[in-house]
Amino acid sequence: MTTTPLLFCRSDQPVFYFAVKNYIDNAGLGSILEKVVGKERLSFADGLQLYKSHDILALGYLANLVKNRLNGDKVYFIYNQHINYSNICTNLCKFCAFGRDKDSDLAFEMTVEEVKQKVRDRLSEPISEIHMVGGIHPELPFKYYIGLLLGIKEVRPEVHIQAFTCVEIAHLANLAGKSVSDTLALLKEAGLGSLPGGGAEVFSPRIRQLTCEKKLSGDHWLEVAKTAHRQGLNSNATMLYGHIETLEERLEHLSALREAQDETHGFLAFIPLAFHPKNTAMSEHARTTGLDDLKNIAVARLFLDNFPHIKAYWVMIGPQMAQIALSFGADDMDGTVKEEVITHMAGAETAQDIGSRTLVRLIKEAGRIPVQRDTLYNVIEVHA
Amino acid sequence: MQLDDIYDKIIAGQRIIDQDYLVLEQAGDFFQLAFLADTVRRRKHPEKIVTYVIDRNINYTDICISACKFCAFFKAPEEKGGYLLSFAELAEKIRETQALGGTQILLQGGLHPGQPLEYYEEMVRFMKSTGIHVHGFSPPEICHFATLSGKSIQQVLRRLIAAGLDSIPGGGAEILSDRVRNAIAPRKCTADEWLAVMEEAHHQGLRTSATMMFGHVETREERLEHLRRLRQLQDRTGGFTAFIPWPFQPGNSALAEIDKTTAVGYLRTLALSRIYLDNFDNIQASWVTQGPQVAQLSLSFGANDFGSTMIEENVVAAAGVSFRLSEQEIRRLVTDAGFQPAQRLMDYSLVR
Repeated sequence: MTTTPLLFCRSDQPVFYFAVKNYIDNAGLGSILEKVVGKERLSFADGLQLYKSHDILALGYLANLVKNRLNGDKVYFIYNQHINYSNICTNLCKFCAFGRDKDSDLAFEMTVEEVKQKVRDRLSEPISEIHMVGGIHPELPFKYYIGLLLGIKEVRPEVHIQAFTCVEIAHLANLAGKSVSDTLALLKEAGLGSLPGGGAEVFSPRIRQLTCEKKLSGDHWLEVAKTAHRQGLNSNATMLYGHIETLEERLEHLSALREAQDETHGFLAFIPLAFHPKNTAMSEHARTTGLDDLKNIAVARLFLDNFPHIKAYWVMIGPQMAQIALSFGADDMDGTVKEEVITHMAGAETAQDIGSRTLVRLIKEAGRIPVQRDTLYNVIEVHA
Repeated sequence: MQLDDIYDKIIAGQRIIDQDYLVLEQAGDFFQLAFLADTVRRRKHPEKIVTYVIDRNINYTDICISACKFCAFFKAPEEKGGYLLSFAELAEKIRETQALGGTQILLQGGLHPGQPLEYYEEMVRFMKSTGIHVHGFSPPEICHFATLSGKSIQQVLRRLIAAGLDSIPGGGAEILSDRVRNAIAPRKCTADEWLAVMEEAHHQGLRTSATMMFGHVETREERLEHLRRLRQLQDRTGGFTAFIPWPFQPGNSALAEIDKTTAVGYLRTLALSRIYLDNFDNIQASWVTQGPQVAQLSLSFGANDFGSTMIEENVVAAAGVSFRLSEQEIRRLVTDAGFQPAQRLMDYSLVR
């Protein structure tokens, strides 16, 4: 018996942990365990091996080690409000059930006043973040977007605005006729606090060619993100999995994010997003299985050693799987979302909103400590 | 006993005692329980097969005098809208089932006040004429027939077996503790009566399953009591084929304010069941209450069977929970988890 078990276990349970070590060795993940215990970065080959493994318990156990080391027993959630200002979009990516042509019956766009009213409607709630994204609209001018930010801040001055994915930012830079950097400065001045992680999909050019050819490239997405970080704006990152991407393409995506983070340290959270086929142009695909969902969370936690948080997005995988994900590497359950529109048009069965009481209960029953946070992961309240 | 000593026992294949269960339940963390349950499952089923049955749950009536507080399905006899299926309707349902490759009917119903034992014998005879396996009448129904007819459990079973009854489903167990039964199902058979029916059924050559509906008013000691009583009976008769734990679904019932068991709660109880019931070969995942994703994960928490394709299911659906899975979907989930799916019969023999 080597001394390795004692490095990752409690010294009063040698039998159990020796058995676990055997289990992990038999799953072929022994060398990865050693790297994790030694805080060594995992290679591309390691990542592939993790993705190919069927031993979900071994994967979860490894990811959980990392999660515990980085975040202890804390699981974060935020009281936020989602607003989609328009679904009119010129990209019309094949995996999306939200975007619409301008002439569609289901197309909508909100005025700045309407957005302000939505914020006003919920002023009595302790909302600390407005999460706002929309389609790539062909006509709305740059001043509209500035107006959105100023308007929200007028109604709720203290709120943090996390808005506009890198895709939208690139578009806004075009509208403004300025560099991404200068555009971000203007948006920041108007109230922008941080960027959400959407629009990353899978960086692979092959995937983008086949599923979202009008969208900005993976490289461009990363450039926008890094530029934002250099401007003092944090952002999140996502990956849309469970469609036609290969395991290698997933790892290339994660590698690119890891590299970018090494440069700027500006990403707050990584959110793996399960593809929902209903009502999209790729509706013949099967939904991801629960094991796919947990695997992506676990592999992300293990591979993205420089990302402080991994989020289990309950709207996409359901609150039950999100709860389980808390033992598979996730330390964030996102928000008490109310009017989330995008995934629901693609067939997510979860309720539109989850109350904070339910979230707290789910987290506690998973043996974790619920921590209400703000956008930047400052603690608002610990629900011990 | 320390947690580590308990692990030692389990890893060595020894039986755990009641106190060990309580320690595990209190102090065992998510992964510890999973690994232990998985170890036990692998030992019993080294061939990495996950079985399932193609069947249909037919509820011949929803009219019921038991009126259990947790039930969203029953209709009181004086209520409008209750039904009793005709034999013609039964025949049609069986025909559909067989056309879909179904091998059995899980036949259960409310405790109907108005039909004699002969009616149920007739029903079984009629169903058997189609060649299908009749997995029918949970212990509360058997006890009800005994009361109605004035006959003993032994006699009732003898007559139903003579009519063709093939096996008995494990429903109506809820929690095998009289305190709990008095609180939530006072008009149902007692825990002793449930066990007596199963023991007699095993003696008369019938295989049966066993269930536990948890996550309502019971304590952890009462869940243990339930498992202990099952383990003891199984030691005596060996007649139980499988154990199916599933959490109470509060919707539309008289206990609707109870918080629904979470996925973690379900998986922990599943794992503990696998560890404690060392004399039960098969533990079934409950996709009906948990959905396909958690059910798939159950295969790593001690479950080795995916239950039924449930061509029809009414009882849980009445509580507002209605997941549906085809055979193809079940096979996909099982394969995705690294196992080989295999269709089985009620006694867990494989369909070739």
